[in-house]
Amino acid sequence: MNNLIKGKKHKWEAVIGLEVHAQVKSKSKLFSSSSTKFGSIPNSQVSLVDAAMPGMLPVINEYCIKQAIKTGLGLNAKINKFSVFDRKNYFYADLPQGYQISQYLNPIIGNGSIFIDLNEEKTKEIRITRLHLEQDAGKSLHDQNPEKTYVDLNRSGIALMEIVSEPDMRSPEEAALFIQKLRSILMYLNTCDGNMQEGSLRADVNISIRKPGDKLGTRCEIKNLNSIKFIKQAINFEITRQIDIVEKGGVITQNTLLFDTDSGITRPMRNKEEAHDYRYFPDPDLLPLRLDDKFINEIKKEIPELPDERKKRYINDLNLSNYDSTILISNKNVSDYFDEVLINHKDLKKSAKIVVNWISSELFSILKKNNLNIINSPISPNNLGHLIKLILSETISGKIAKEIFEEMFISKTSPDKIIKDKGLKQMNNDNDLEEIIDKILKSNSDKVKEYKNGKTKLLGFFVGQVMKESKGRANPKKINQLLNKQLN
Amino acid sequence: MEISSIHNSIDLIKEKKISILELNQYFISKIKKNKNLNAFIHFDEENIYQQIKSLENSKTNNRLYGMPIAIKDLFCTRNMPTTAGSKILSKFNPPYESFVTNQLINQGSILIGKTNLDEFAMGSSTTTSFFGNTINPKSNNISLVPGGSSGGSAAAVSANLCLGATGTDTGGSIRQPASFCGVIGIKPTYGLCSRWGIIAFASSLDQAGIFANNVKDTAILIKEIAGYDKNDSTSVNIKIPDYYKNLNKDLNGKTIGIPIEYKIPGISDEINNMWEKAIKVFEKGGAKIKEISLPHTKYALPVYYIIAPAEASSNLARYDGVRYGFRSKNDSSLDEMYELTRSEGFGKEVKRRILIGTYVLSAGYYEAYYIKAQKVRNLISKDFKNAFEQCDFIVTPSTPSSAFPIGEKEDDPISMYINDIFTVPASLAGIPGISIPFGKTKDNLPLGLQILSNHFTEQTILDAAYYLESIHE
Amino acid sequence: MKIDKNTTIKIAKLSRLKLDNKEIDELSIELSTILDWVEQLNEVDTNNIEPLSNVSSAELPLRKDLEESQNNSENVLSNAPEKLENYFVVPKVVE
Ligand SMILES: [Mg+2]
Ligand SMILES: [Zn+2]
Repeated sequence: MNNLIKGKKHKWEAVIGLEVHAQVKSKSKLFSSSSTKFGSIPNSQVSLVDAAMPGMLPVINEYCIKQAIKTGLGLNAKINKFSVFDRKNYFYADLPQGYQISQYLNPIIGNGSIFIDLNEEKTKEIRITRLHLEQDAGKSLHDQNPEKTYVDLNRSGIALMEIVSEPDMRSPEEAALFIQKLRSILMYLNTCDGNMQEGSLRADVNISIRKPGDKLGTRCEIKNLNSIKFIKQAINFEITRQIDIVEKGGVITQNTLLFDTDSGITRPMRNKEEAHDYRYFPDPDLLPLRLDDKFINEIKKEIPELPDERKKRYINDLNLSNYDSTILISNKNVSDYFDEVLINHKDLKKSAKIVVNWISSELFSILKKNNLNIINSPISPNNLGHLIKLILSETISGKIAKEIFEEMFISKTSPDKIIKDKGLKQMNNDNDLEEIIDKILKSNSDKVKEYKNGKTKLLGFFVGQVMKESKGRANPKKINQLLNKQLN
Repeated sequence: MEISSIHNSIDLIKEKKISILELNQYFISKIKKNKNLNAFIHFDEENIYQQIKSLENSKTNNRLYGMPIAIKDLFCTRNMPTTAGSKILSKFNPPYESFVTNQLINQGSILIGKTNLDEFAMGSSTTTSFFGNTINPKSNNISLVPGGSSGGSAAAVSANLCLGATGTDTGGSIRQPASFCGVIGIKPTYGLCSRWGIIAFASSLDQAGIFANNVKDTAILIKEIAGYDKNDSTSVNIKIPDYYKNLNKDLNGKTIGIPIEYKIPGISDEINNMWEKAIKVFEKGGAKIKEISLPHTKYALPVYYIIAPAEASSNLARYDGVRYGFRSKNDSSLDEMYELTRSEGFGKEVKRRILIGTYVLSAGYYEAYYIKAQKVRNLISKDFKNAFEQCDFIVTPSTPSSAFPIGEKEDDPISMYINDIFTVPASLAGIPGISIPFGKTKDNLPLGLQILSNHFTEQTILDAAYYLESIHE
Repeated sequence: MKIDKNTTIKIAKLSRLKLDNKEIDELSIELSTILDWVEQLNEVDTNNIEPLSNVSSAELPLRKDLEESQNNSENVLSNAPEKLENYFVVPKVVE
């Protein structure tokens, strides 16, 4: 894949790195026992610690440490047995302490990597520089009053994992694939809910451009992008902007930018008149965090099968295509549903492809129509497996199956019960079918004559009549066989 | 009848010779008579009577039942305002009780008022308070400083306005005023008392401690305010002995270290004589005297004046006028609100230290100042570690001089900083220290002797002080 | 002088302290004096010495992930110089 971008004069290469802030899934905050629930009354989930009342002290949440380690293990990263919490000092209305507790020189997680799928055959490694734990800030509301800003500290102190990549991406698409893959790993690990709309996952994007082979150009950072669509748009805009400047003989000045989602353009943040000097130093209220092997090994045991392994299993053990496997694993809930079908029905392993098709077409479309998530599917994986087996054993026709499927969605019951209640079982018995065929041929003797005179297209008509007479239960394959026998 | 000790008052109340109301009225009237000392920032009789009433109703009979204790106004108290001696917190009412004051309340103490201090505990004279300076009760013709930063507490105990007081010590803020006011002051091991609810100055150094009139009271009070607190991550979980019951004057078999580096030029003969006399008294009690070396002593003050301001500059960033405290009325933008609030809200010494702290942490200077200071801090800590392999405790003067007149040294920060020259090294090492009155100047001003020992051996210094007190009497 | 006026202005800005010209002059001198004085630390050989940031002998205590504090907003907002409904209010911030 060639990622070079044509400017007016030259071909350019974009160099992209991401800093992702992922909210740790935990009940309470990183250094206080306030709730982390989303969308509560303003300042209702703020402890004295979160509001930085005088004399208040931080005490770290063990679970957040475990979540960070778990994520580190999922990113194949080095777990640092010695890490330090530092203060990052700056003033802002929604930063109550006047500093953020973060990790600077000694983060809890070091180098790691993840793989993105560029296409059916090609994967690319994106290196992870580090992951550290830090506190989230509160929220400032600027648009409620022309002269005032309102401050809500509910989010203040919630644990974040800042995950920093190396500048290994070369296009907006690669950046999007990276964040998608990272998001899916976090969700498999259950360390972040991945909800970008609610701000649980946000990205700062660093972008520079260069002529291929040149050294790195000056980078600009676009802050706080909270959807994959905006990440791609913002990068595209920024690449074009930078190429434009350089080709006109200008230079890029290092800057922090905001992306305006309405106009689709980036602009420099305004309150940057003074260069930041964060004055990091170890937080004297906290001691260094020392981890031992036992602590880390306990967490290792909890690491579930991750998307890459799962995909390998689908391709190797179930003979699924790369495409189908990717559809399944890209959403952990879908993949879990699929696995659940096969756990309940081991004999369907040979027919995994059919299971995928039912999930990705029928199930997806009915869930979407009803605005439901697959974890709330009224059709259980077990029942879907049953239904598919009934089709494979030709107990029901495909057409009937779809009717039953819809009924299953409404009544949440098993296909067997629906078939029994409604008498929908497929007619496979030769005698019963011959009885109906005789009746149809008798009452359509004129058409039989025409058929025998060569109008063989009428076969379809007879099949239809038999199906109608059997209320759709007749096995179409059998009807064909029997009709052919009788008419020829 | 003069009432001046906790252990006697406890008996008087047990034997019903005095009620807790009478006991507290005694001190209330003394506080009112001594308003000129300006020892208290907050004193509210009504509130005291309420505390007495609820204590009488509670029918508890804990160790400090009814004992009037004064609280340095750096401890957050739920029923009294808390100011840190600063304009920026002049209207602050904490909706919580500090760990230490809560312990005292649980033991039945009456919190008799909030005492004056240098603003945010930054000072050695209690002259930087927004609420005016405190006067040393031992002053003769000219008004002297009580020392600082816990000058209000030291003065209150010295003038017998309460039976004991809390203080905090970051670089000497208990031991130095105790010495100037002629009372006992103890700074325990870093981590013995929870810092939860104490307004932070320099978090890696701040420790709560006690002022009292005698060693027995000191031992009682320090036990009650000590203890593990899961809300302070630097609090250490150890069993707190009953120091009072364990008090033991016997010095036989003990070795006392005399650090040669504390014999610095420019120290008055009076101080040196007091020190030598104390050493002889200890020797007479059966202790072995040994010269020891704390080679990095000289660097303790510069280390302290990098680390403490660095931490303070960050700790004081929260005073921004957003959530509590003073806010300037003249704001038009957020940044201007911050700048005006902090400029109008903080006094000169606080600003000086914030600026120094900001500078030593800033890009390009962090390694040269802050990291360098932490490395030397490690050497100072190692000095003590080596010393306590050779001796049980160390004896030094508490201060390089006796109390000085108010207004002196004000324009020369470094000469003011020198006051803490004997107290700062122990703070940097986190070891316990006590200052006990010993001897007087020719002007009849109190002098203090400092006793230092290894981490969590508070009993050792209390025992030594107990011996010295018994000889002195 | 270690600290010139511009440096004083810069660190005052970082500290969010507004100083008048007189204060800037005075503080530049005072801070320089203090910094000159602390530089005696350069005499000390600190090769192979670790920086000591806290003397506590405790291990960093870890808290269980429990939601303990209930709605505290009354306490948290009770000292606010300016508030509206449940918000802290500050002068307009332009991002
Ligand atoms: Mg960032
Ligand atoms: Zn961050």
